[in-house]
Amino acid sequence: MCNQAVGLVAAELERQGIATVTIQLLRFVAERVRPPRALCVPFPHGRPLDAPGDKERQLAVIEAALALLEEREARPPLLVEWAPAGAPRRSPGMRGLSTR
Amino acid sequence: MGDLSEFSLPLQVFLRGYPWRRIDPVPWTPIVRPLAESRLAVVSSAGFILPDQAPFDDRMRGGDPSFREIPADADARALADAHRSESFDHRPMRDDPNVAFPIDRVRELRAAGRIGSVAPRHLSFMGSITAPARLIRETAPEAARLLVGDRVDTALLVPV
Repeated sequence: MCNQAVGLVAAELERQGIATVTIQLLRFVAERVRPPRALCVPFPHGRPLDAPGDKERQLAVIEAALALLEEREARPPLLVEWAPAGAPRRSPGMRGLSTR
Repeated sequence: MGDLSEFSLPLQVFLRGYPWRRIDPVPWTPIVRPLAESRLAVVSSAGFILPDQAPFDDRMRGGDPSFREIPADADARALADAHRSESFDHRPMRDDPNVAFPIDRVRELRAAGRIGSVAPRHLSFMGSITAPARLIRETAPEAARLLVGDRVDTALLVPV
């Protein structure tokens, strides 16, 4: 639900002229809700920027998100899957469902 | 990690059948100036409140769509977890609110010159909202108006 909530708020910010980037924890939700710019990260709910106390990791996630704002050629909805270097990228969130 | 398998079976079933709200058309605002000259706000749905703020209403059917204003100079350690969901481990964000509300990190980005300025206030929602009609119709537009009034250029949105 949190993923949907921030996506819906992001859409309203964009409608009022604010560029947004939205962290997403479930790719299949991002594909359905379609926030304008979504960075899908492989972290569990409760820790969207990964490790508590790990300032460098948190900044790395934020930097990956900010990079989406700088993709001037991109068109909505922009969905990018990201994982820190060395970490396995997870597969789409739910098997058996279309990703469209 | 980060997929449905982290949830209980009943919750997985619920999420599979839930009518996700599709944003259509998808609005799009390009950045108009470099981030180093832009003002950034954080919008988190981690349900944080400050000690003098009313908690989110756990009894509200469909979820409380209101939000709290978090001043940009607030102490991260003062952020209190008022998120009603029991479907995730709250300990990481209680240990370090920055993991879901990166208030210190955006100040550091400003100090490093990566962003131009930090918005005077960030916004805190409680994202466990299964019936988002009021969020869509009322509180998200109200939140956007506040940030527009604060001359915010860009926003980082963080779920939990």
